[in-house]
Amino acid sequence: MGQTVFEPWNDPEAKPLIQFKNVTKRFGDFTAIDNQTFDIYEREFFALLGPSGCGKTTMMRMLAGFEKPTEGTILLGGQDIAPIPPNKRAVNMMFQSYALFPHLTVWDNIAFGLRRDGKSKEEIAARVEEMLKLTRLTQFARRKPHQISGGQRQRVALARSLAKAPKLLLLDEPMGALDAKLRTATQFELMDIQEKTGTTFVIVTHDQEEAMTVASRVAVMDNGRIIQADTPARIYENPNSVYVADFIGEVTIITGRAYKSGAGYEIHYAEGTAPFYAESETGFGDGETCHLALRPEKVAISAERPEARRNAVQGEIIDIAYLGNLSTYHVKLPTGQMIKAQTANTRRLSRRDFTWEDRVWLSWSDTAAVLLRE
Amino acid sequence: MRRLTWFNVTSLTLGFAFLYLPMLILIVYSFNESKLVTVWAGFSTKWYGELLRDQAFIDAAKVTLQVAVVSSTVATVLGTMAALVLVRAGRFYGRTLFSGMIYAPLVMPEVITGLSLLLLFIGIGLDRGTITIILAHTTFSMAFVAVVVSSRLVTFDRSLEEAALDLGCSPFDAFRLVTLPIIAPAVISGWLLAFTLSLDDLVIASFTAGPSSTTLPIKIWSSIRLGVSPEINALSTIMIGIVAVGVIAASLITKRASLRQQAYERAAAAQT
Repeated sequence: MGQTVFEPWNDPEAKPLIQFKNVTKRFGDFTAIDNQTFDIYEREFFALLGPSGCGKTTMMRMLAGFEKPTEGTILLGGQDIAPIPPNKRAVNMMFQSYALFPHLTVWDNIAFGLRRDGKSKEEIAARVEEMLKLTRLTQFARRKPHQISGGQRQRVALARSLAKAPKLLLLDEPMGALDAKLRTATQFELMDIQEKTGTTFVIVTHDQEEAMTVASRVAVMDNGRIIQADTPARIYENPNSVYVADFIGEVTIITGRAYKSGAGYEIHYAEGTAPFYAESETGFGDGETCHLALRPEKVAISAERPEARRNAVQGEIIDIAYLGNLSTYHVKLPTGQMIKAQTANTRRLSRRDFTWEDRVWLSWSDTAAVLLRE
Repeated sequence: MRRLTWFNVTSLTLGFAFLYLPMLILIVYSFNESKLVTVWAGFSTKWYGELLRDQAFIDAAKVTLQVAVVSSTVATVLGTMAALVLVRAGRFYGRTLFSGMIYAPLVMPEVITGLSLLLLFIGIGLDRGTITIILAHTTFSMAFVAVVVSSRLVTFDRSLEEAALDLGCSPFDAFRLVTLPIIAPAVISGWLLAFTLSLDDLVIASFTAGPSSTTLPIKIWSSIRLGVSPEINALSTIMIGIVAVGVIAASLITKRASLRQQAYERAAAAQT
């Protein structure tokens, strides 16, 4: 018997912790959140991902209680939270700027929320020590926020928001102010802490790698709507729209017309060229416009035409983006389309097979590409 | 640091002499033995002793202090509240008008402020005395407090208050436990400014003072008309001392707070 997979969203019996029901939020004429309905489950690490101004922060501020929905209801554990002010909610938030109180020590910052609950001195001390240990800050307890480093401050903010053991923790761009290395380390730390405490986390970020790394489910947002909410793997491999495919990772989009052929579709994308072939979960009518989304790492690059593959085109290398471990080739087809192909640099650079202006063959399997309607 | 050239030294000396020579003369002559103000007859502190035995001056000092402490405290509370609303309330109808009106007393000629307050007090039938001076001083000094406090609030990170709310504070507790301690230096320097303004004021006080309530500046002004006495010099010296301490303290507090703020921001920038 294998491990039980954590997928409450596929379990009709599971009770969601948070339910958004037809939630709309307007600021004057501007619609920040447009009639959204979705669920977040207990123990989930849910990421709201999108460009700035897509409404992800508004979504979070509604959960925290700093904004009220214009229409619709938000339920937390089955209870409508609209009338509950932020200081009465079992929800805590970690702010983007950390918002540490500069006049209090690390210890007092973490104890701040516990003191408001009127807990006894011993209880508070025990909980603060526990939090300090969890975030490895014990030796900095007596320092003021300006006497510790950015990464430590970030951990203080996390400890402070976790101290009250909230049902739900909101994280607003928690790693925005950290450098790339520290960010990666912190992401794993965050996942570890989430697992240890069993708290439901909702994270807001514009960094897709971060969302993919930490989250159990990612909601890709645009213009106040969730375009797709699914596991990182599904979001990447089965995007439901060109927007999602384009937002997550690199992709080549080829627009053409679909014609049913066998188990899949032939995609006619330009006059006088052989069509591409792709299998698809989505159905298309004959001649319907479709978009072929092709991830660069699924495109093979070779000097000779590969025999086994139906999808093969010849083109000229226009650009090479060398990323160290990977190289991305931008190949221009005779019809003008650009296709990106990525290879792992398993050899030293001096022995690279292809260079600028080389004519090469690109090929991919029948199942490599995803067909999208819009 | 740049070396001082003879030109800089000269202009500095002239400038400071222009500013401080009159006060320096006053301070020196307050230690004069002679009763004649312009004739130096040796060092003495007897006029300070005389001053302390003069009941009229003592009474005036009491009134002045009472007025200064009460009016600056009330002005600090009102000014801070006004600053909070003006900085925080976002855009409401007539906001520009209101913030303009808060600053108006800063530029209003004191004679006009004094006269209008006098007319108001007569109009509502309030007998002139200590109370009316307190009200008048509160009126003009709260504008100064509002300016000092609102300039601090503009740079105050709102998310600190949101964090306090999020951690279970009521809005009042969030203000008391987070906002106020952080803006305290600005509030204190606002108070000190209001205090020294009240201590200095002659024009508005003379419009609103009654026969039983004479402040020190009024007392000095009326005694001068009977001729300058060394006692007045001594009194003025004491007042210069108090005002100087107040102003220096206010600027030091502001300076220290802004230095700490800068250090905090630098640390944040360097370590993130």
